[in-house]
Amino acid sequence: MALKLGVPSKGRLMDKTFDWFGAHGVTLEKAGSEREYSGRIEGVPGCELVLLSAGEIPRELAQGRIHLGVTGTDLVREKLAHWEQSVKELTPLGFGHADLVIAVPKAWVDVETLDDLDAVAAAFRRRHGHRLRIATKYHRLIREYLREQGVADYLLVDSQGATEGTVKNLTAEAIADITSSGETLRANHLKVLGAEPVHRSQATLFKSRKAAWSEAERGALVAMLEALGLDG
Amino acid sequence: MSGDQALDAEIVRISEAFRAAGAQVVDLPVLQPAETLLDLYGEDIRGRAYTTRDPLAGELVLRPDFTVPVVQMHMASGATPARYAYAGKVFRTQELDSDRPPEHDQVGYELFDGSDPVAADAEVFALFAEVLSGLHLRAATGDIGVLMAAVRGLSAPDYRKAALVRHIWRPRRFRALLDRYSGRAPMPPGRMALLERFRRGDDVLAEAGPMIGLRGPEEIRERLAVLAADAEQPPLSAAETDLLDQIVTLRETAPMALERLRDIAVDMPAITAAVARVEARLEALAAKGLDVDALDFEGGYGRTSMEYYDGFVFGFYAAARPDLPPVATGGRYDALTRALGGGAEIPAVGGVIRPALVQALREAG
Repeated sequence: MALKLGVPSKGRLMDKTFDWFGAHGVTLEKAGSEREYSGRIEGVPGCELVLLSAGEIPRELAQGRIHLGVTGTDLVREKLAHWEQSVKELTPLGFGHADLVIAVPKAWVDVETLDDLDAVAAAFRRRHGHRLRIATKYHRLIREYLREQGVADYLLVDSQGATEGTVKNLTAEAIADITSSGETLRANHLKVLGAEPVHRSQATLFKSRKAAWSEAERGALVAMLEALGLDG
Repeated sequence: MSGDQALDAEIVRISEAFRAAGAQVVDLPVLQPAETLLDLYGEDIRGRAYTTRDPLAGELVLRPDFTVPVVQMHMASGATPARYAYAGKVFRTQELDSDRPPEHDQVGYELFDGSDPVAADAEVFALFAEVLSGLHLRAATGDIGVLMAAVRGLSAPDYRKAALVRHIWRPRRFRALLDRYSGRAPMPPGRMALLERFRRGDDVLAEAGPMIGLRGPEEIRERLAVLAADAEQPPLSAAETDLLDQIVTLRETAPMALERLRDIAVDMPAITAAVARVEARLEALAAKGLDVDALDFEGGYGRTSMEYYDGFVFGFYAAARPDLPPVATGGRYDALTRALGGGAEIPAVGGVIRPALVQALREAG
């Protein structure tokens, strides 16, 4: 069987991944029409290109259905429990930078730090009779972070898209999401909490620790790593 | 005997011991109403509970522990004193610790009796020690009440003490608050200037952009007033925060710990009554034949794992197996009965044993 490399199936992430491999002498190409989700790899024999949604790549790696994969470190940490046991970071790729941040209304002039958020959460709960809601799709990362920081009286509510709009729509009081320029946050009258983001993410090449490696696949991996100038 | 049969036998043995100690055996539903229950737990258990929806009953949760449902049941009946025993599974997702199963058996004992809390503490601990005897477990104890008394005795305004008590179970935020109140942590950048303008009467909300969300301008102004007032407060003295540090880092055998607490009480008289309870409890345990010299006492024990305990706390650990969770844990939770009592309250103490760990330790010999 061929070594399977999973890469994001569309958009800038796909283009930049193709560019990055291309710069290392490995050509990734979509097969057939622009809309077909299959492809090929030239430059390293014995490899197969699998085009996937970036969000599914962590799970495919963890289940060993692909050997290598390109996705964000945020998605790996969010979607995989004990991610270090399932995948290994081979190298950051230098694009797809995004910070996972907690953001609150800009009008909250009294809130700059987690300390403030925690105090506001306590007062909010007393006044409104329910916990301060934080809309996010990064449940694991945000819960871990807030537990570690000892923040209380909040509730994570699920938001899979247009998260920045939840505060205005009164379905949350704060949000936690990834941002690169902060433009969407500003447009929705939100500001970032704290000096450091919860997590700094970028596109990264991962190796599966769960895949079964045949002789041929191992050989292909060695050739691929050599082409990319990486250690296993 | 197969593993399941051995586990069943262990559950029966422990339940029988609890029944013989005077407990009424109760059976509680696996599905519990989520709303009242989940609010009482700390973020950790709350985030790990399995919730589901029923078309009539609304949001339900697979019980993540027994104590809260037992307290709820007891407070609804109102009869006291009472002793309850129960056995069954609890359910918690194990995202962070995926090697542990999402459900495990617990056998528990809860004692509701306000007449002599120290005797009740000793009764529960001695019963657990007896049921677990022969397993070579290390017992650790503590008393959250000492730390609470120390915080309430600080020379600080009530809202500062309330903020600290709220975070007794979250050591990191507790520390951050102490650093702020003692002037060791800097204010966020721009905060001083903001408060200055607020004090002058400037409309500091006007330039902040449109008001969105449920938290309104009067709430923001209210907090600004609190912050402005707090900035005028004198800092907590290093002497006082040092005494708090001494309490939370205390780790000694029980008699030595008592000596240290007495020394601390000389400089911090507010903990005198709480320290007297520690002493009376040790005497009551010794009178029951327990070797209190071998008992560990940790001033910070129970702060991270047991969100609703507010007095005596204890745990039994397999000394040779640090990879295992505690074999048994328990403690006093008077405030929980207040939260669930609808005006009534009753001092209560109890704990749970994990029979699967008892059985595993027995098999390992």
